[in-house]
Amino acid sequence: MEILQQILFLVSIAVSIGLFYKKIKQIRRNIFLGQPELINDHYAKRWKNVLLLAFGQKKMFKNPTVAFLHLFVYLGFIIINIEILEIIIDGLTGSHRIFAPYIPALYSFLINSFEFLAASVIIVCLIFLIRRNILPILRFKSADLKGWPTKDANLILLVEIILMSLFLTMNAADSILQQANQEPYSLHKTSPFLISSYVSILFSGWPTHMLIILERICWWLHILGIFVFLNYLPWSKHLHILLAFPNAFYARLTPQGKLHNMHSVQQEVLYSFQPELAPTSSEAVSHIKFGAKDIPDLSWKNILDAYTCTECGRCSSACPANQTGKLLSPRKIMMNTRDRAEEIGKNIDKNGSFRDDSKSLLFDYIKEEELRACTTCNACVEACPVSINPLDIIIQLRRYLVMEQSSAPSEWTAMFTNVENNFAPWKFSPDNRINWTKESEG
Amino acid sequence: MKIPVMADEKAQGRDPELLFWVGCAGSFDQRVQKITKAFATILDKVGIHYAILGSEEMCTGDPVRRAGNEFMFQMMAYQNINLLNQYQVKKIVTACPHCFNTLKNEYPELGGNYEVIHHTQLLQSLIDEGKIVVNDSGPFKGKKITYHDSCYLGRSNNIYEAPRKVLEALDGELVEMKRCKKNGLCCGAGGAQMFKEEEKGDQRINLERSNEAIKTNASIIASACPFCNTMMTDGIKLNEKESEIEVMDIAELIAKSI
Ligand code: SF4
Ligand code: SF4
Repeated sequence: MEILQQILFLVSIAVSIGLFYKKIKQIRRNIFLGQPELINDHYAKRWKNVLLLAFGQKKMFKNPTVAFLHLFVYLGFIIINIEILEIIIDGLTGSHRIFAPYIPALYSFLINSFEFLAASVIIVCLIFLIRRNILPILRFKSADLKGWPTKDANLILLVEIILMSLFLTMNAADSILQQANQEPYSLHKTSPFLISSYVSILFSGWPTHMLIILERICWWLHILGIFVFLNYLPWSKHLHILLAFPNAFYARLTPQGKLHNMHSVQQEVLYSFQPELAPTSSEAVSHIKFGAKDIPDLSWKNILDAYTCTECGRCSSACPANQTGKLLSPRKIMMNTRDRAEEIGKNIDKNGSFRDDSKSLLFDYIKEEELRACTTCNACVEACPVSINPLDIIIQLRRYLVMEQSSAPSEWTAMFTNVENNFAPWKFSPDNRINWTKESEG
Repeated sequence: MKIPVMADEKAQGRDPELLFWVGCAGSFDQRVQKITKAFATILDKVGIHYAILGSEEMCTGDPVRRAGNEFMFQMMAYQNINLLNQYQVKKIVTACPHCFNTLKNEYPELGGNYEVIHHTQLLQSLIDEGKIVVNDSGPFKGKKITYHDSCYLGRSNNIYEAPRKVLEALDGELVEMKRCKKNGLCCGAGGAQMFKEEEKGDQRINLERSNEAIKTNASIIASACPFCNTMMTDGIKLNEKESEIEVMDIAELIAKSI
């Protein structure tokens, strides 16, 4: 019986890690479908961002209450995972609470802290469920989240509540068994624990064999739940708990107002002014696509951004266009980018290499009207707690529209002509630039 | 007051220490010309040896670049940088945050390296150095003033303090809007929106923003960007509050107080 449990455990851990590894490899490949962009400068600043923005969750503290609650779930989740280490060793070797005899005093302290955190996580997740589903918070009600994204968010909260409840129930059953001198539970007396001692009241009259079954079921469901959770992460917005760290590291460090330079266009313009510098026709490079139409045209960092997005909507609630009822939602831009990257990934998995599906991020996912509404105000970039830059994608798609498709609102086309001919966005002659100085002389 | 033009200055063997980059709005828009004049008056009074490029100045390329027309941007940048380098310009001041952002952040990698400051920064340092002294009984003393953050000064370039410091010197009562500084709401003009109709929606952005400004009960909305100024002025008009609230650039407020 014991050995059977060990084998079962070995199989489930192998399957879960194998599946997780496979999915992560796919995501990594999808991210690197993007254009190479070398980001290898200012390491000190980048590590500082990882500490402040990812570990410290600095931007979350714009709203301190929510930030503290979120921090509780996050810390609870990470710290309780120390316990997973023991569970895995127990599962593989058939031991029970293997660390207990080595660090008796510390052990009780640790389990008590885990229980405190577990209870906090349950409470906070309940608050979050209420916030998300009952309170009138606009960013949770937006059309961006219709269908799966809303279910995803609720599911994760429920799973966390269930996992923590299993953990507490397991400890409760364990405590009663310890007091009843049932081996192996009683070999190292660790109970009673902070929270589960209250839970044990529920099972006080239960016969020993039922308690053993309860303890085993909870133990198994808890660890299997964690394996399932691990494999659910890459499919969910909760991938941010992993990707927030690299995303903070690779975040742009230049002033937010600076747009990415298009070196190829810079060169072409240089050659048009100074033809003597142009490479001879044999060296001339073939036509490069201007701007971005689909995933492979974006930088890999844009796609990492998309996979990191937690769909919280802070960007869209700060967006002047979104807040005044325009079609644009920076959150949707990020969600679309991830969805399209996943779609291309699946296409590649199915066909060996990408087979044209006559779809693209621009047009099929993101409409021109959305892109046209952006004021490039950077409010979305500033608001994002996990260092995402939706504006960078918007600009690249706009570049494609204007430079590859010559598609622009007529007022913009007129403005381009004015800039080209009169060197100003309005139709004034350059000579009139100094008209105001003449009036000043009076 | 004579406005010195760079070509003439150089022809006469003079070497202005500062280039005043006027910008297209500052040159052509009738309302914004007043801001340009106000700032030139201050420069003149303080006795800074400056010059403008005059008819040689071109659009920096900010709106075309943000609309997606990188070609046109690069063409403007190439010509402007050539001119600036030819005049060996070292320091530039501008009253337009869009020009400021492009000159400061986007020209260096194209070969244009200058010390670029915004007019609110220059005004702040002139006040700090005592070169600008605000009248004790200035016209804005005790008045309620709210400052509207320009995205291209604020979030884009982290300039939140300089304009506020200058306003404090006016001895008015500075009140903040609900969304200010890092969380400031755009006026709706950036990203080449200034040059086209707004997309479909249920509210105009400048209306939303001017409503917020009206709620502060301020009698003056201080701006530091020609486009914000236009947008807020229109927003106040749409709200039919133009008799109660005036939208003024920080340079105008200072020019009227010295
Ligand atoms: S930069 Fe564009 S998308 Fe981002 S908040 Fe501003 S208007 Fe919205
Ligand atoms: S981009 Fe950032 S702010 Fe916007 S939904 Fe995603 S995580 Fe939230």
